[in-house]
Amino acid sequence: MQPSLASGATPAAAEELAALREFARRIRVETIRAVMHAKGGHVGGPLSAADLLAALYSRVLRIRPAEPGWPERDRFILSKGHSSIALYAAMALRGFFPIAELATFDAIDSRLQGHPDMTRLPGLDMSTGSLGMGLSAGVGMAIGAKRLGRDLRVFVLLGDGECQEGEVWEAAFIAERYRLDNLVAVIDFNKLQQYGWPGGEPGVRLPPWRAEELAEKWRAFGWALAEIDGHEMAEIVGALERLPFEAGRPSAIVAHTVKGRGVSFMEGRFTWHTRVPTTEEFAAAMAELGEPA
Amino acid sequence: MPLPVGKSLRQTFGEAVAELANEDPRILMLDGDLGSSTRADLFEKAHPDRYLPMGIAEQNMLGVAAGLATMGFIPFISTFVVFAVARALDQVRVLVAQPGLPVKITAGYSGLLTGMAGKTHQSVDDIAIMRTLPHMTVFSPADEIETRGVLRAAVEIDGPVYVRLARDPGPVLFDASYRFDAGRAVVVREGRDVTLIGTGVQTGRVVEAAELLAAEGIEAHVLHVPTIKPLDAAAIVAAAERTGLVVTVEEHSVFAGLGGAVAEVLGERRPLPVRRLGLQDVYGESGPNEALLEKYGLSARRVAEAVRAFLRERADDGGGGE
Repeated sequence: MQPSLASGATPAAAEELAALREFARRIRVETIRAVMHAKGGHVGGPLSAADLLAALYSRVLRIRPAEPGWPERDRFILSKGHSSIALYAAMALRGFFPIAELATFDAIDSRLQGHPDMTRLPGLDMSTGSLGMGLSAGVGMAIGAKRLGRDLRVFVLLGDGECQEGEVWEAAFIAERYRLDNLVAVIDFNKLQQYGWPGGEPGVRLPPWRAEELAEKWRAFGWALAEIDGHEMAEIVGALERLPFEAGRPSAIVAHTVKGRGVSFMEGRFTWHTRVPTTEEFAAAMAELGEPA
Repeated sequence: MPLPVGKSLRQTFGEAVAELANEDPRILMLDGDLGSSTRADLFEKAHPDRYLPMGIAEQNMLGVAAGLATMGFIPFISTFVVFAVARALDQVRVLVAQPGLPVKITAGYSGLLTGMAGKTHQSVDDIAIMRTLPHMTVFSPADEIETRGVLRAAVEIDGPVYVRLARDPGPVLFDASYRFDAGRAVVVREGRDVTLIGTGVQTGRVVEAAELLAAEGIEAHVLHVPTIKPLDAAAIVAAAERTGLVVTVEEHSVFAGLGGAVAEVLGERRPLPVRRLGLQDVYGESGPNEALLEKYGLSARRVAEAVRAFLRERADDGGGGE
């Protein structure tokens, strides 16, 4: 029994891809707005993941915003929980809650916690925040779905730095053992982690992994793999709509991305992992994103 | 006089969860490659299709259990206490306790008596750790009958539960008429001279100590605390008031475990002297059970000896208490 979408889906038309790009642009805008408003939060990771989240929340995930607990829904876990604001923006844009609520990000009593809290916000399938844990929970959901005979998929979005946590590979091993072809790991390979590795030019940090290294590792653990440009919407949708890549194997999508993507002065700068823009920077960012400030 | 020795709690664990699974199709068993030790193998024999081997990867095992719980299952985790509580603590905290998911952490090889495995496999801090986690229920049963009741209660509770199980057979405390009541402590012996409070299999050794004391005319009141959290504060206050001197006894560190919990309750509600027996800020070591209990002050003989000394000190202080 295979998830049906891959076989039945038609390639996204040009106007559909344009709509997905617009969804991603708005994720970036709302992310920067919310961080500015909250005077804190992560920027670089949410921006690198924006296109992936747009494809998932606008098109790929089988979800019902008006019925977040729908038992047959696809599951989504943001294992890189510190990018929560991008997920909240995607959920708001999809209609899970009003966009205006994004202004409560990080505020006291908010449903939009610094890291995703499933006890507060309906539509979150797992609480995350301590890195390396999301895939394990995804394995449990995928095993559970198969035991229940439910034709749903479980998507887990991980960071590249996060893949340094040993638990990720514990989960990768078990997922292959249980032949979880309803499980998908999407790795946001943005080439930077919070403080990273010295050894390059002054002020520049080396990436967590060599360019080819992450794909090698997932393949070595028995996962079926696609390597894509994580900002090229046609490639993203193309990969997400031909799942599973191989019957009887979990699927990994290594998405090559740029940290801070979409705002020139944030791109590739590890200092924008967490940082609040100045008023001038905020205006410049909105201008680059084609949004009135 | 020693109490009769019962069935090991690990065997009871395997049998009892298998029986509960007959009634409840949501129950699954996740095993961290220790089924032949923890006796999760008894569950596997009864329900091979509901036994999920998880390899030697405890952090992932806790996460898988959390994921299964969100899908409507009731996953039981089986491994040694140290690997569930210490090694996978962050997963317990973030994926199980914080979301309040109904994962049942049923861990064996608690305390010092771990088949001579020594300090790496002995758990003397798990009560302290688990009782500080919001949403977590903490059970520490004494014998087979009580363990069966605890495991049933664990299924009925819609939230995370930690069950602290012993490896080896211990003294039998309860007969078939006993009904475990989650959240309630049980008076297992009446007395007027000193209040002894125990938990887990150690309570059996406390009752044996009380018998030794009785032979010398000292009548100990013995309270058994199978539910560490939520704690039965009223029963602890009442037991303390019976004698005015409390001695806690646990196969665990004296810090923040049963003794710590009792001292917190009495400090707030009824300040009375509390003396704590258990591991005095040390790790254990390899050795036969009787030798370990003797060396670390948890045998009936050593507990009785300590209680005698506490009573003498109180008398020297001029009566103390009331």
